[in-house]
Amino acid sequence: MSNQQSALESAFSDEPALIPYVVAGDPDPESTKEYVRALAEGGADVIELGLPFSEPIADGPTIQNAIQRALSGGMTPDKYLDLVAELDVDVPIVCMTYYNLIYQYGESEGVESFVSAAGEAGVSGLIVPDLPVEESDPLREACDEHGLDLVFIVAPTTTDEREAKILSQASGFVYVQARMGTTGAQADVSSATHDSLGRLAETDLPKVVGFGVSEGDHAKEIISAGASGVVVGSALVDIIASGENVAERLESKAAELKSGARNGTQEVPQPE
Amino acid sequence: MSDAEFEKEGKFGDYGGQYVPEVLMPAIEELQSAYERYVLENEDGFMDEFRRHLRDFGGRPTPLQRADALSERYDRDIYLKREDLLHGGAHKLNNALGQVLLAKYMGKDRIVAETGAGQHGTATAMAATYLGIDCEVYMGRTDINRQRPNVFRMRTHDAEVNPVDVGSGTLKEAINETMRDWATNVEDTHYVIGSVVGPHPFPQMVRDFQAIISKEVREQIQEQAGRLPDSVVACAGGGSNTMGAFHEFVSDENVSLFAVEAGGSGLTIEEDEGLAPHSASLSTGEDGVLHGARTKLLQSRDGQVLESHSVSAGLDYSGVGPELAHLAETGRVTPVSVGDDAALKAFHRLSKLEGIIPALESSHAIAYVEEARNSDEADDLGDLVVVNVSGRGDKDLDTVIEESEKRGIDTAPSMEVFK
Ligand SMILES: Cc1ncc(COP(=O)(O)O)c(C=O)c1O
Repeated sequence: MSNQQSALESAFSDEPALIPYVVAGDPDPESTKEYVRALAEGGADVIELGLPFSEPIADGPTIQNAIQRALSGGMTPDKYLDLVAELDVDVPIVCMTYYNLIYQYGESEGVESFVSAAGEAGVSGLIVPDLPVEESDPLREACDEHGLDLVFIVAPTTTDEREAKILSQASGFVYVQARMGTTGAQADVSSATHDSLGRLAETDLPKVVGFGVSEGDHAKEIISAGASGVVVGSALVDIIASGENVAERLESKAAELKSGARNGTQEVPQPE
Repeated sequence: MSDAEFEKEGKFGDYGGQYVPEVLMPAIEELQSAYERYVLENEDGFMDEFRRHLRDFGGRPTPLQRADALSERYDRDIYLKREDLLHGGAHKLNNALGQVLLAKYMGKDRIVAETGAGQHGTATAMAATYLGIDCEVYMGRTDINRQRPNVFRMRTHDAEVNPVDVGSGTLKEAINETMRDWATNVEDTHYVIGSVVGPHPFPQMVRDFQAIISKEVREQIQEQAGRLPDSVVACAGGGSNTMGAFHEFVSDENVSLFAVEAGGSGLTIEEDEGLAPHSASLSTGEDGVLHGARTKLLQSRDGQVLESHSVSAGLDYSGVGPELAHLAETGRVTPVSVGDDAALKAFHRLSKLEGIIPALESSHAIAYVEEARNSDEADDLGDLVVVNVSGRGDKDLDTVIEESEKRGIDTAPSMEVFK
């Protein structure tokens, strides 16, 4: 990677970051554009946009159902990239998807065509939850070449040895998986979150916590424990699934989370 | 790189690997080291204990039987490897016993498993009870409905059976769900995967546990026929009985290896519907990544995995083991397929001619010998053929009664007077 800050890293420059996650095409592309706008209005700093894959093994039931809705609505990788290109928000977009879709994209074998098309559409980074560092070289190289960040997940089970390996490959931010298992809104912040953030304290990359975050208070607790940002998915996807006043409620939920995150900074004296 | 070196890295040629969420990677590393120590190096006498359980609890060795009526019908020597006689009624116990024992050696106190036909779930539940460890099984709703006797058997052994309602409710969905459970409970739980699929070291380890089939066949056929077979025929869902039956013959270039896939109702693909009316991923699939490994799979042009179909629950899977994908790619294994109807006919044929009721999975292997009879392919089989009867068909009786009638399979016994 170059020494210049990537679009993603710049998003973390001053205050704690809010990173909402929604599935593209849930329930249709036009709605997704509206939802992304609402989330940006509500204070999102980066938006994680899911490109739906039929076998979402890292996701819980809430997101799995959203993926199902998006696929039934006809979402495809090409439509996804069109959607990203048509977004009129100025927050960076991170594409979260599974490896098979990246690998299958385009006419030629391999991952290069997806990364290049994603870069052109305006995607700033990729998160691929079923791609551990061991298998990531081809994607890492393609991302470097096209100026995309490749975000990796650190789990509660990750050993120090693996953590070092992951950090040597990661860019943009480190995604701290807050708890064991899959995505899904939870009622509290797991102690694993605090442990993981403790272990990552010396890391230069922004640290973002996701998996189970659903409320402003969680955001506050996570930021005060040392995170640079929070990812919130299932709690937002629930609002989309309800189908009622979605855009409005997404915006106010984003605002609640963002203000929770800000309160988190006030709670701790920031190490200079 | 030699094949052995590829295997060390968890790859078979271009296939295999470890494509799983980070939360599982440490457990996979732990499993890999346990596999190397206990299985490959027999640390603490693991393999000796495993073989003893296979013999005393499992009933190994299973017979290699010359099928006289079939031999006459095809005018060549047909031998049947009788894995249907293994405890539980299928080859699945070889792997289940191996992995449950390994889980114990690793100090895990809970196991989870997925199942399609219910045979792997049953074998795992049996092994878990026998070795004293808790067991939970995930099974698609469609498979629960068509394999009820096995659901009852699992429950009889006190295993928890969790229905999976997503998608078409078959093996693919059950594997997704089991991976999620594993990702949540990985610290004290081992995932006893049911075939030669999944991330390394599973494909290699499950193959090693199943290789006992071809070890026995090799000895038995030399003793009984005085030479190696010309061909070995086995059905392929994920491919564990296939790899088990093939493994010891892979380096014998004169022994042809036929992997028989489920041709369902035809080898087409209905991309718009997101489904394939067959499960022939080895014959017709494209390279991709599913359930932790790069392999051949049934997928749309965009890379979405298609729902598969087979009358046989155990073959109804969109992927296949990476080693088989590699052996097919290099031409060592010949992938072939037979349809639902041919499998049903073979079910009745073996029952009538030899007094053996085969699983619908195994019926595919048996059907291939019949299909080959009417074509040039018969020559490829040679004069001495071993067919792996991977399991017995008791679990399939409801399906066979219903489907035989629906499809007008004329070799099925009439049940008219008993209505
Ligand atoms: C009797 C029998 N044969 C074959 C199979 C297919 O699995 P594999 O291809 O792993 O042998 C199954 C799966 O449940 C089975 O029960």
